[in-house]
Amino acid sequence: MAISEEKAKHVAKLSKLSFSDEELKDFTAQLGKIIDMVELLEEVDTEGVPFTSNVAQSINVMREDVVTPGMDRDELMKNVPESENGYIKVPAIIDNGEAGA
Amino acid sequence: MNFETVIGLEVHVELKTNSKIFSPAPAHFGAEPNSNTNVIDWGYPGVLPVMNKQALEFGMKAALALNCEISKDTHFDRKNYFYPDNPKAYQISQFDQPIGHDGWIDIEVEGKTKRIRIERVHLEEDAGKNIHGDGGYSYVDLNRQGTPLIEIVSEADMRSPEEAYAYLEAIRSIILFTGVSDVKMEEGSMRCDANISLRPYGQEEFGTKAELKNLNSMSFVKKGLAFEEKRQAKVLLSGGEIQQETRRFDETTNKTLLMRVKEGSSDYRYFPEPDVPRFAIDDEWIERVRHSLPEMPASRRARYIKELGLPEYDAMVLTLTKEMSDFFEAALNEGADAKQVSNWLMGEVSAYLNSEKIELPDTKLTPANLAGMITLVADGTISSKIAKKVFKELIENGGDAKEVVESKGLVQLSDPSQLLPIINEVLDNNQQSVDDFKNGKDRAVGFLVGQIMKATKGQANPGVVNKLLQEELAKR
Amino acid sequence: MEKLYDKSLTELHDLLVSKEITATDLTHATLNRIKETEKDVDSFITIREEKALELAKAIDLKGITESNPLAGIPIGIKDNIVTKDILTTAASKMLHNFNPIYDATVMDKVYQADMIPVGKLNMDEFAMGASTETSYFKKTKNAWDHTKVPGGSSGGSAAAVAAGQIPVSLGSDTGGSIRQPASFNGIVGMKPTYGRVSRFGLIAFSSSLDQIGPMTRNVQDNALALNAISGFDEKDGTSAGASVPDFTAGLTGDIKGMKVALPKEYLGEGVDAGVKEAVLKAAETFKALGATVEEVSLPHSKYGVAVYYIIASSEASSNLQRFDGIRYGYRSENVKNLEDVYVNSRSEGFGLEVKRRIMLGTFSLSAGHYDAHFKKAGQVRTLIKRDFDAVFEKYDIIIGPASPTVAFGLGENINDPITMYMNDLLTIPVNLAGLPGMSVPAGFSEGLPVGLQIIGKPFDESTMYKAAYAFEQATDFHTKKPVILGGND
Repeated sequence: MAISEEKAKHVAKLSKLSFSDEELKDFTAQLGKIIDMVELLEEVDTEGVPFTSNVAQSINVMREDVVTPGMDRDELMKNVPESENGYIKVPAIIDNGEAGA
Repeated sequence: MNFETVIGLEVHVELKTNSKIFSPAPAHFGAEPNSNTNVIDWGYPGVLPVMNKQALEFGMKAALALNCEISKDTHFDRKNYFYPDNPKAYQISQFDQPIGHDGWIDIEVEGKTKRIRIERVHLEEDAGKNIHGDGGYSYVDLNRQGTPLIEIVSEADMRSPEEAYAYLEAIRSIILFTGVSDVKMEEGSMRCDANISLRPYGQEEFGTKAELKNLNSMSFVKKGLAFEEKRQAKVLLSGGEIQQETRRFDETTNKTLLMRVKEGSSDYRYFPEPDVPRFAIDDEWIERVRHSLPEMPASRRARYIKELGLPEYDAMVLTLTKEMSDFFEAALNEGADAKQVSNWLMGEVSAYLNSEKIELPDTKLTPANLAGMITLVADGTISSKIAKKVFKELIENGGDAKEVVESKGLVQLSDPSQLLPIINEVLDNNQQSVDDFKNGKDRAVGFLVGQIMKATKGQANPGVVNKLLQEELAKR
Repeated sequence: MEKLYDKSLTELHDLLVSKEITATDLTHATLNRIKETEKDVDSFITIREEKALELAKAIDLKGITESNPLAGIPIGIKDNIVTKDILTTAASKMLHNFNPIYDATVMDKVYQADMIPVGKLNMDEFAMGASTETSYFKKTKNAWDHTKVPGGSSGGSAAAVAAGQIPVSLGSDTGGSIRQPASFNGIVGMKPTYGRVSRFGLIAFSSSLDQIGPMTRNVQDNALALNAISGFDEKDGTSAGASVPDFTAGLTGDIKGMKVALPKEYLGEGVDAGVKEAVLKAAETFKALGATVEEVSLPHSKYGVAVYYIIASSEASSNLQRFDGIRYGYRSENVKNLEDVYVNSRSEGFGLEVKRRIMLGTFSLSAGHYDAHFKKAGQVRTLIKRDFDAVFEKYDIIIGPASPTVAFGLGENINDPITMYMNDLLTIPVNLAGLPGMSVPAGFSEGLPVGLQIIGKPFDESTMYKAAYAFEQATDFHTKKPVILGGND
């Protein structure tokens, strides 16, 4: 199945990646080839077959509600590119809401 | 044309566990930014989430209190989106197998009971906080990141801002009684987003809805919905169309303002969280949690009215908090009269708590000593006036009511043989008042009573004094 | 001092216990050996000289006893395993400056065993690749032929051990990334059962497939190393509670009566003649040792690659979202607003193959495609697992090639993603089923090593080691050395 450049652009936007026109063309073609390969799966009969999300055998894995104190903030901040007064600093968020698309 | 208002509410409640839902960092916020966090909260490479058992059980407790079915097979899903307060760029939430579903609560509006259905209750982690600064920067504090939340989604069953308000009050009250959260909107432990649309009466299809955010108190929810109701009606009446929008409530103007137009729904690419194995909840576990639920406010109110004969108003005030209601019931168990206990709790106790700005458990008052004091008034050992003194002592310093009365010599003076000499002395010293009384000035009695009370330091039994005084006056 | 760099772990241990050498001596020798050979193999991203010697000194002071088989032994760590205070890059520009403040759980175990990490090993960027050519920093060379790839993504881990730079390394395997490079470099590599080794601190690629495992020059060394790193970890919810046996216990050489399965799909089209020959010879060796070898079928094998690419890319696309230039790692310099921070940091920080996988994963999970892609793949995954379950009802182990080819030339395949993906064809189903899989040296073809893959039942690494040891001792492949290690051409 070929995917359109429009689609590829949309996927890039969701992934927060940008490509040059050249790169996008290449990507779209390659993605198309890969998607062809994965569409092989259509021929498999999976009627009634459960979905395996993880092969781990365990269920109900939980820990007791015990607190360990927060880690040293200076340590945590060691790798932060921009910080101020104990906050992580980023350029202003444009809209006033939370969860963005 | 008349429009019917259709409202659905999404309520987020912070669970008060000790540690976060997927990390062992403290779930309570530090004063300093980023002081209650660890590498898991920060989404460092290689870190992994591990489920907090208490959070799961609190979620179950809340779902059961809201009359939900518990999903015996449940798991978590990743909700993927980029935002600075969301360090992993995905939120661990629940998509297709919420812990609770198909629940309901009853609300009362203008004397009528209505059932509001609850579509789902699910567990998820909270994000951090973005603080907008000047100079084109925002500041991120991850203390809140990972706090356990439940999201309670109602069906679109509410038909007015008043119903929405009643729903929120009921939710708040129920959750408060389960003990899983403080549910204080002003503190953020309870948050509400509202969806509202209008449709012509009789139409089955819902109209286009607007989503309201920034509703920081229950009254703002009501105001915001009321404004939006009018706004949408205006648009529709003038022949316009409602756009699917997210609107922000503005507290200074009580209006809702456009935040952004919703272009289709966000693609969160939900998929099952591979790092947290699934949960299988058996009947035994569910029953254990159900057993740990205290009796809910609505049930208690009904009982107080029906079995104890209390007025509706009393029942309502007594069930505002679990502490108050538990205290009330315990005092009854100590033998005190229900109406008396209710009066004291609603009156002197509440006034004291309000002026001192403390909660009932912070005082030294116990169901036993309050009941004891009430019994002493009932059997005449002390007058209600003296009781106020005793009350003050009990609530501040605790102790046993009878002991306090005895040690402070507050036993009411009711014995005629002790009172008569005092009464006669007062009469002897106040001939003018006696004459005034004889001449028809009834007010003089009040003065004489006052003098007698003064002479007995307020401990004379007013009823007995009145009776004896009348008798002595008649003799003079 | 005799050359220490091609001695086994047990030989080194004996020398240390008898005090013929000290841990400091050994560390010095290791660091020198690395210095001498890096120009040829180029397997290390970071070498940690001072700290390693400090640690060696402390261990010498403490003293090395019989009871601690790995004390004082130098080890190399794949650079996607988080190491406190040691630069951890996942071979990506995105983490070129990441200095972790915490250790992966396997590192806690490494330190507990008194081992001496000497550096971080090269790999394909974020473990995405089969040749170590997508690394941002360097291209590691195959220890046997420096014009060939070492395999991937644990190429550095494999080449370093094969070239005698270190006696043991840790790699990671998501679709074959330990077994294929082990095969290409003629060494032993084990990907344990999913959940056997903690993933806490392993930079996640595909959460339901990733595992850390040891790479060594012989089977016994490998078993010793797996002993040290296995075990339940409460910080990893997918970590197994299964008890950890002593993996060296069954190494007797006796496998009489062992039932071995050889899937017909594993010797089909696409597998080089030389590789096929080596595997068939190996089957004969097993028979000669008293095991039975029978042909079986794993009918859904051919769907493995497609299933893998959807699941692995999807999980990876989500796991790699945290790399956004905000809390750590690369942040682009040309940013005018928040969107730029995200888009430019990620576009500049990630390499092409990583971006390709992210795009494929995001696509597979996106609205309208989830059911046909991700969900479908998850269902076929169940069928693949069931194929193995059926075979393991009758057989103890499964054998086959670890890779369809021997090591190919540097630069040969890198621009053809599909061919590269096919390299993992034989190893992928094992990760999908969560089974343990290992590669052991099984001969040569065109002058390059061929690896035999052994697949076991869940948590039955012991039987695999038993079989591998017997095979190893009955052959002389493990005694052959690359030129760089003093072998003949």
